Amino acid sequence: MSNWFTQVAAVTAFSLRTIAQRRGAVLATAVGVAGVAMVFVGVLSIAAGFRGTMRSSGAPDVAIILRSGADGEMTSVFDRTETQLIADAPGLARTGGTPQASAELFVIINLPSKTTGSDANVPLRGVGPAAFTVRDNVKLVAGRRFEPGRNEVIVGVGASRSSAGLEVGRKLRLGTNEWDIVGLFTAGGGSAESELWTDATVLQNAYQRGSSFQSVLARLASPETFQIFKDALTANPQLKVKVQRQTEFYEAQSGALTGFIEGIGFFIAAMMALGALFGALNTMYTAVATRVREIATLRALGFGAGPVVISVLVESLLVSIAGGAVGAAAAYVAFDGFTASTLNWQSFSQVAFAFRVTPALLLQAIFLSSFIGLLGGLFPALRAAKVPIAAALRET
Amino acid sequence: MSNNHEVLVDVQGVDRVFRRGSEEIHVLQKLDLQVRQGEFLALMGPSGSGKSTLLNLIGGLDRPSNGSVAIGGERIDGLNDRQLAAWRARHIGLVFQFYNLLPVLNAQRNVELPLLLTSLSATQRREHAAAALDIVGLKDRNTSFPTQLSGGEQQRVGIARAIVTDPTILLCDEPTGDLDQKSGDEILSLLQALNREQGKTIIMVTHDPHASHRASRTVYLNKGRLLAENPE
Ligand SMILES: Nc1ncnc2c1ncn2[C@@H]1O[C@H](COP(=O)(O)OP(=O)(O)OP(=O)(O)O)[C@@H](O)[C@H]1O
Ligand SMILES: [Mg+2]
Repeated sequence: MSNWFTQVAAVTAFSLRTIAQRRGAVLATAVGVAGVAMVFVGVLSIAAGFRGTMRSSGAPDVAIILRSGADGEMTSVFDRTETQLIADAPGLARTGGTPQASAELFVIINLPSKTTGSDANVPLRGVGPAAFTVRDNVKLVAGRRFEPGRNEVIVGVGASRSSAGLEVGRKLRLGTNEWDIVGLFTAGGGSAESELWTDATVLQNAYQRGSSFQSVLARLASPETFQIFKDALTANPQLKVKVQRQTEFYEAQSGALTGFIEGIGFFIAAMMALGALFGALNTMYTAVATRVREIATLRALGFGAGPVVISVLVESLLVSIAGGAVGAAAAYVAFDGFTASTLNWQSFSQVAFAFRVTPALLLQAIFLSSFIGLLGGLFPALRAAKVPIAAALRET
Repeated sequence: MSNNHEVLVDVQGVDRVFRRGSEEIHVLQKLDLQVRQGEFLALMGPSGSGKSTLLNLIGGLDRPSNGSVAIGGERIDGLNDRQLAAWRARHIGLVFQFYNLLPVLNAQRNVELPLLLTSLSATQRREHAAAALDIVGLKDRNTSFPTQLSGGEQQRVGIARAIVTDPTILLCDEPTGDLDQKSGDEILSLLQALNREQGKTIIMVTHDPHASHRASRTVYLNKGRLLAENPE
């Protein structure tokens, strides 16, 4: 049996040494697989980045309350009394007796995109005084907070990156209103970074919203009090509400888009993989054909069919994996951290996010490449095994 | 029966039929051949008469459609592919018309090739290959690659590869067919020396009457049968 492994190693070594003579075709195969890996990693890093952004938008001990039947903040509405009832429910964290709940509303404004110059939707959110304690990942990186009652906004870093004219100190003219940009904030990479914030009451007045809100964001005393809080709200006959953890809310919002991007990514990668597969098949068939006398000679000397099969498979596998690794590495260099923004279809507003080339994606790309190599080598390898020794020896 | 131990190759009633589409080609018909231990047999005949086919049957590269092939008393016509491969590695040394050396390996490595199928260590393989190259007179060309060797030298490497495992029989299919007169003569002298001095049993297919004179016996293949005399 040790003899068998010697055979495999020796036959594989011979066939790998003949690669130099066929470098054109072998290189073409490797480049084909590299392309597949690159597109695969590139497209899926978009989905991974978007999902990551949406996930880090939420916290497990924060609840978002919408009107029941609403599938997002856009279609939800509360009056002041209702937001008061929600804030007074048990299970919420309190500071000095005041519940940590922020009644919010938002409007969509149009701002010119930095890259295209055309208008893009950006959410302008009005938040309550508790907003900064409820969203404790919000940090000012420049300027200060807006003051209640004044036409002042603070800008998320994602929004400031993708929209023109959002620098601290500048003025922002929206319709008949003029706003002072007084601060720049981060939100731990979450989707709030794509928003502009102001005082809820000021926003209600500026956009004739009376005293209506769209959602309440509340910090729970602990993640475990969610159920108590939810039960209290749903049992209250004066309220018709849907209570979700913030993590679940964002996860649901990103699902459709990431699914869509992943679908496209898999489709394009599959098409290209098919092309690369035929390339690999062709290369390996040619390799076997040009080496048919050599294979027959080895077999005539007493080498088994198994080592010959394995040598063809190993070559195909190595070439594909090498191509795949180069493609995946190129995708990492080109796409990881590349920032983009996209429309969040649930809120019809821009979400800024960074492409994320995760280790899992790289691993999947290598796995895909090996699959192409294995399949591309399989049929040529079987043909190599079936080379009729006596007939092939006659070929000159 | 009394001298059975001397008969090394025993081919009896062998048919070999090839199929080409619906057509059947009867290449060998009811063919008998005995070769004794230590013989140097030349096998002649017109092109397409089945010389290579017969050699392949004796060397276990092919199986007869009918009849029996026994080498050293062991029937090989019933062995499966895997068994035949192992049997060839142990008993057969093959010399080809076009040498069939692996171009990516130097002379030394080409000769070591069949030893990979034995249990010899790397050091032993190196020593055996060096000894075989010495026998064929190419001791100092061991690091040369096939493309750096003349046809005659390549065939010497081919012969070294064939004898390195000390096989039971040496089968040569037109070993001088691709060589000029002088190189061909040197190869024939080498085969003759292997036969006379080392007692190797050799079966050699050739078209060249001159070459057959070096053999201890010549048989002629004609219309699927063997004749002891040249039919022409
Ligand atoms: N695998 C095969 N399939 C079909 N026909 C074959 C096969 N091998 C040999 N033949 C046919 O059998 C006949 C004998 O072939 P073979 O190679 O044994 O002749 P040969 O005497 O060695 O000829 P040459 O002197 O040209 O080498 C030829 O007609 C050949 O075409
Ligand atoms: Mg022939």
